[in-house]
Amino acid sequence: MTFAEQMQAITAFMEAVSQWAIPALVLMIILTAAYKRVPMYESFVTGAKEGFGVAVMIIPYLVAIFFAIKVFIASGMFDDIKYGLTIAMNSIGLGAYTESLDLLPLAMTKPLTGSGARGIMLEIFHLHGPDSFLGKTASIMMGSSETTFYILTVYFGSVGVKKVRHTLIACLCADAAGMGTAVVLGYLMYHG
Amino acid sequence: MLNKIWFWLLCIGIIYGFCKASYQTRFPPPAPAVAPASSDASKKDAPPDDSALTAMGKRLNNAVLEATKSSIDICIPLIGIMALWLGLLNVAKDAGLIDVFARIVRPLMRWLFPEVPDGHPAQGAMLMNFAANMLGLDNAATPMGLKAMEDLQTLNPVKDTATNSMALFLAINCGSVTLIPFTIIGYRYASGSKDPSGIILGTLLASSASVVAGIAAARWLSRSPKYRVAMSDASEHAISAGEGGAAP
Repeated sequence: MTFAEQMQAITAFMEAVSQWAIPALVLMIILTAAYKRVPMYESFVTGAKEGFGVAVMIIPYLVAIFFAIKVFIASGMFDDIKYGLTIAMNSIGLGAYTESLDLLPLAMTKPLTGSGARGIMLEIFHLHGPDSFLGKTASIMMGSSETTFYILTVYFGSVGVKKVRHTLIACLCADAAGMGTAVVLGYLMYHG
Repeated sequence: MLNKIWFWLLCIGIIYGFCKASYQTRFPPPAPAVAPASSDASKKDAPPDDSALTAMGKRLNNAVLEATKSSIDICIPLIGIMALWLGLLNVAKDAGLIDVFARIVRPLMRWLFPEVPDGHPAQGAMLMNFAANMLGLDNAATPMGLKAMEDLQTLNPVKDTATNSMALFLAINCGSVTLIPFTIIGYRYASGSKDPSGIILGTLLASSASVVAGIAAARWLSRSPKYRVAMSDASEHAISAGEGGAAP
């Protein structure tokens, strides 16, 4: 068995584990509840009633943040930033690394919108191939970062917190570290 | 913070879009070679000279409509998912499972979140959110995360301001160690990759780095005077009254 085949076997196994995690959890909950003689149907309904309130509560926050983000992305500024940086890097003698600038729109879009970033990743797969340096690095970047603004909006919106203090910067630090590591690993493992 | 970001995203988006479109109208790009084949036909119908401004206006208008639509597209399915998981969690809570779970992981949570008292339900909810994120179970992760936020909010003295624990919880959530990125492996497979799972190790390393950076940044920034909690008048009065009463 080669290394790639081993990895594939592990992935297949882990996928099965992950698919069964929820059914197993449900079984464990209801068995324990039955043992403790909890009136579980009533208990479930009592908890589920809160679900509607939480989901509806986040709508105004989501509309506000999506409105700003979509308008910003529609202006096409990201493409122009990349174009400008390519010229800048070429002029200061870092021309060898301009290839990684194709990843810049992905890095800038991922914290703002998940679907937008997915589109950019698929475009990179289409143009350069999923097994190329860019394709693999883009995959790692997607896997190691989150749609920070969406998470912040939903999580804080659900409890009505409006002043987020240092949360946004800390989350963006986490994203930047993940993406930076992804690019470094990409150059080390897949380039050349 | 969010006020400023909101303003600048909209302001830059609209003004930059206008300037770019005006520039393109004045100096049209030499050859539309980048345009995809599908939209080519529709573009040829319009005169190329003054279409850039109109097209940009249309893009911005579509963006506004899309924003409202995607908010609702996210919220309506979330009602069902939230109801299901909050219901199950309530059964688990009544059966005493959450307490057992929280007890097992207490040392780790005590180190990460010193402000959350032992045995508080937030400990269990946060840990389940981390576990669901690691396994890539997004549908389960969000309800558990929102439950954790609700529990953390009960410990919050200033209800409209984030606590240190909330900031750290979200920073870990944004970094979230990914064991196996199933969705991305799926996309790689669909795009014809010969080695779709070859990115697992890299993703694990990069996401671990982002969690470490997130924890460090949240810890460090929480001590900065710039992000000190601005007490509202009411709670400030309450605190000074309490101090005054205790001093003599």
